[in-house]
Amino acid sequence: MKVPPDLKYTKEHEWVRVRGQEAEVGITDFAQGELGDVVFVELPAVGQKLTQMKSFGTIDAVKTVSDLFAPVSGEVTAINADLKNNPALINQSPYEKGWMVRVKIQSPDELGKLLSAADYEKALGAHA
Amino acid sequence: MLQKIGAPDAEALWEAIPPEFRVRGPLPVDPPLAEYEIARRFGRWAEENADAQHYACFLGAGIYDHFIPAAVRSLLSRSEFATAYTPYQPEVSQGTLQTIFEYQSMICELTGMEVANASMYDGATACAEAAHLAVGATGRRVLLVSSGVHPHYREVIRTYASAGSFEVREVPLERGATAMAALQRALSPEVAAFLWAQPNFEGVVEDGAALTKAAQAAGGYSIASADPVALAVLKPPGEDGADIVVGEGQPLGVPMGYGGPLVGFFSIRKKDVRRLPGRLVGVTADLEGRRGYVLTLQTREQHIRRERATSNICTNQGLMALANTIHMALLGSQGLREAALQSMEKAHYLASRAAQVPGVTLANGETPYFREFVLRLPGPAADFLKSAEKRRILAGVPLERFDRTRTKDLLVAATEKRTRDEMDRYIEALTDWARACSRATVKEAAWQS
Repeated sequence: MKVPPDLKYTKEHEWVRVRGQEAEVGITDFAQGELGDVVFVELPAVGQKLTQMKSFGTIDAVKTVSDLFAPVSGEVTAINADLKNNPALINQSPYEKGWMVRVKIQSPDELGKLLSAADYEKALGAHA
Repeated sequence: MLQKIGAPDAEALWEAIPPEFRVRGPLPVDPPLAEYEIARRFGRWAEENADAQHYACFLGAGIYDHFIPAAVRSLLSRSEFATAYTPYQPEVSQGTLQTIFEYQSMICELTGMEVANASMYDGATACAEAAHLAVGATGRRVLLVSSGVHPHYREVIRTYASAGSFEVREVPLERGATAMAALQRALSPEVAAFLWAQPNFEGVVEDGAALTKAAQAAGGYSIASADPVALAVLKPPGEDGADIVVGEGQPLGVPMGYGGPLVGFFSIRKKDVRRLPGRLVGVTADLEGRRGYVLTLQTREQHIRRERATSNICTNQGLMALANTIHMALLGSQGLREAALQSMEKAHYLASRAAQVPGVTLANGETPYFREFVLRLPGPAADFLKSAEKRRILAGVPLERFDRTRTKDLLVAATEKRTRDEMDRYIEALTDWARACSRATVKEAAWQS
């Protein structure tokens, strides 16, 4: 199970990659493993405003469905259109090709509330 | 038992009920009857009903007296079907799942749509769920409903809307059809969908292509509530590009049973399959490549998605949907078309004869209709119904029941089951009553002057 050290995480198993003003968001390797085969993702529209730790979409696996929580607040600048036809990218490449949305970070302070890779791994310890 | 709970006698149990509300002495009911005596008594009561077996039935208003082959009932009562529960376990439910899959395929063919679910409770809930789907898909909150949609369906939709998820606005009729100018005025960027009926409650055939085009031009969904028998001869709304086609399945092999059980059908475009309410059966292949049927896309449903489910209806009207399936399979597209054409021709014969009776007119004039129409009578429709009933004719549904001002309007339906003789007796009854009606009016006028 991979937990890249350069990313930030939420307790709800989303990861964030900060690139300047923007945050790229997806779900962790652990999350995709727990869900099993992902069959569908419902993502917000570009331009929609997300609020930190509020639901911004849903992810369907064969036998379950989960909410996706926004790690940071801000406007959606891009969504990963490839997921529409190939949601399995989330299973195959959770941190790269399986990214879900890019958000224009509204308040950088919010990043402070996120977990570091070490903290996330510690949180996972309770699960594993 | 009294000892155990510490009550001295049975009387002590009723102490909480004030004495004046207690019955003293024996109950004022008849003494017990033997089984055969009960059967005889209930049989006699049943004979007092004016039912479609003993009366010529011209009632419609959403429930129609179409012919049902005996094989439908006989197959339905097979225990494998009659007692079957939700087919969650495909390895032991292939028969049930296959009939549902066939049902879905037939509904798609009839409506001209891409995906149909395993059925809903009835036409009314199908309409309300369709509204809900459109609101979710468009992110808009206003539902426009034509006044031509069944008044009971409109009530159910308002009940759904009362939870605050959307707002309902009505678009009136003009000579029986949805008023196009009023629809254009009502359409706006807030409108999620326009719901209309084909044919509508007054029997009128709507210009489906124009209604769908108008709704979609404003960025909303076009939802048609269609009669499945009419779809055998009218252009299916799906072919005109409607986004959702729903309706009541009763005319396809379900008997008229005091309003129930009914069954709704629900069909959509593939783009919205993730928003489909209710059950959906798909076809797949097992490890050895053999064909198999399974419930599919279940993550939409309540048992998995809980409060985020697309709908709180997480079941289907299995047995009645099966009645639809068997009925359609037996009639075939040719048989269904014949039933539709005969119904239409008979309704048109009856309407044209009725319109020749002095004082009687067609309320919607020349507007095209299918197997149902509105007669405007020279007196109260309730009066005519009483006089026709004496001749063993159920002459129609008085529209006063839905709109207090329409005392003289009668909604009349004819199916392929109505005979020439029954229709001629209808006209005779109408002629006699209208004559008596005009004599009474003349007398009243003479007295008043």
